[in-house]
Amino acid sequence: MSKKILLKNIDVPGIQGYEAYRANGGYASVEKALKMKPDDIVEEIKKSGLRGRGGAGFPTGMKWSFIDKKTPNPHYLVCNADESEPGTFKDRYLMQHLPHALVEGMIVSSFALDAHTSYIYIRGELLYVYHILEKAIAEAYANGWLGKNIQGSGYDLDVYMQPGAGAYICGEETGLIESLEGKRGNPRMKPPFPAIQGLWMCPTVVNNVETIAAVPHILNMGGEEYAKIGVGKSTGTKLISACGHINKPGVYEIELGLPVEEFIYSDQYCGGIRGGKKLKAVVAGGSSVPILPTELILKTAKGEPRLMSYESLSDGGFITGTMLGSGGFIAMDETVSVVKNLWNFTRFYHHESCGQCSPCREGTGWMEKVLHKIVEGKGKMSDIDLLWDVQAKIDGRTICPLGEASAWPVASAIRHFRKDFEQYIQQPQKIQNVSYLQDAVTA
Amino acid sequence: MALKFSDEALTLAHNIIKRYPEGKQKSALLPLLHIAQAEFGGWLSPEAMEYVAGLLNILPVEVFEVATFYSMYNMKPVGKCVLEVCRTGPCWLMGAEDIVKYIEKKLNIKQGETTADGMFTLKTVECLAACGTAPIMQVGETYHENLTCKKVDEIIDDYRKNTKEAFSHYDKKHYKGQKV
Repeated sequence: MSKKILLKNIDVPGIQGYEAYRANGGYASVEKALKMKPDDIVEEIKKSGLRGRGGAGFPTGMKWSFIDKKTPNPHYLVCNADESEPGTFKDRYLMQHLPHALVEGMIVSSFALDAHTSYIYIRGELLYVYHILEKAIAEAYANGWLGKNIQGSGYDLDVYMQPGAGAYICGEETGLIESLEGKRGNPRMKPPFPAIQGLWMCPTVVNNVETIAAVPHILNMGGEEYAKIGVGKSTGTKLISACGHINKPGVYEIELGLPVEEFIYSDQYCGGIRGGKKLKAVVAGGSSVPILPTELILKTAKGEPRLMSYESLSDGGFITGTMLGSGGFIAMDETVSVVKNLWNFTRFYHHESCGQCSPCREGTGWMEKVLHKIVEGKGKMSDIDLLWDVQAKIDGRTICPLGEASAWPVASAIRHFRKDFEQYIQQPQKIQNVSYLQDAVTA
Repeated sequence: MALKFSDEALTLAHNIIKRYPEGKQKSALLPLLHIAQAEFGGWLSPEAMEYVAGLLNILPVEVFEVATFYSMYNMKPVGKCVLEVCRTGPCWLMGAEDIVKYIEKKLNIKQGETTADGMFTLKTVECLAACGTAPIMQVGETYHENLTCKKVDEIIDDYRKNTKEAFSHYDKKHYKGQKV
């Protein structure tokens, strides 16, 4: 099931630079695109079945077709490079090693959307990658792929970088747009959707880095060919960033439909659990998706092998399933306290809540407090039900999905690991002092 | 003396402002605040925010409300080197908690504090998108990955011995010496 499309040329020497990138087929999709009608490119993307790679999995071609064509206002394409979902580091990898792949995707996608100015919003912590991309953009200008009258086609496009400044919420597309306008990253009420009123109230498409980087390959091979890769409605390849207690953490490009078991245990991918330990739990798609115990991540509740695909991972809904999400794959071995890990995640959501909606602003804080109390060894059995109650009151009651993202990990941890909570509350000292550092200095 | 960007920084700032349509210059606020931290010692004083407001022709309070929203902007003075240790789940699973404790003990400061000699500030930050090489710490624009206590010793020694500055994510080397 090994299939490399996005990362095919990652090991080519000098591929970060323009010369090597171009010599290996780079920018061919732009040449092809400029001879096509923009709407035909949107059709190819629809045929390919490409789905948003940032986490939501929304069909990209459909998202593009929503853009308001009647307005006299300019259209904008904004690339979401605000990769901040804990466990996810695929976009950073892609941008750092293949900056031109993103630039090429930006040009083709902008042309398809009739955008003449596009922005790449990259998280501020990645300023060193920002400079790598600025260099790639400058090279693209110098070689006639950006600017006025690109390759003599009459099409003009400017692509600019924009750094964020440390706010997870700016990964939410309307929060990102607010931030790009120089404001606090408070998500907007929808509708209107960005395709109608986005950046500066103009029609805007916001796409993830990996989504945009896939576009040139789809155009080169044709949408129908791309749709043959993968399984069912999960077409193509996906970058999975694997981390936690595995032997070989890193970014892997997989064909969608790869069995989870193979991904975890095969030497081609994660190479099994480090130190010969047993796998306890997996968070399969970034910290926001439900955590699953080993038996449910390897097999669905029906006993079928679980696959790395949008459908298979969500088989069983939130009762026995999870989500593919961003592809941030976090494995935890048998020594991990799910409760302590959950406290850490909940602290993250509390810290990152923008504060607009009371259920999220207050609820994440309450959950963090209750979990901290348990972690400190002062928990009561009734706290488990209290946590359940609070998460249920956040879910579905907020402007943006950060509320749900904070509630799902709590709900799933209680659902699948209630025993962990009970043990921690009864015998906290047994769990408190586990260390994971290679050369931990015990104080 | 009133605060002012260096000539190179001012040129950069004006080039950034040009990236946005007429009348939308406020969009340049985030990048300009990064440059302000690089220019003015790693934090945003009221004077620094007022200066940036002037460059964008917006009110100082508009700068303040944005600056306080984003965790990368420091609202109080920092040391010459800011050590930002990731504390989120995947790093925590690989021992980030122990790294923080180790640095606290080594430098005799708590999170958010600066050493008495003004050399180091310790911050904990949320996920830095480098979970596969956890635990990690960012110093300036540089990511230090796969941390161990021994590595932390080496990094801190290196910055101290060479009195390297690393208080800003926007590294001055990217614009110093450029044409103005």
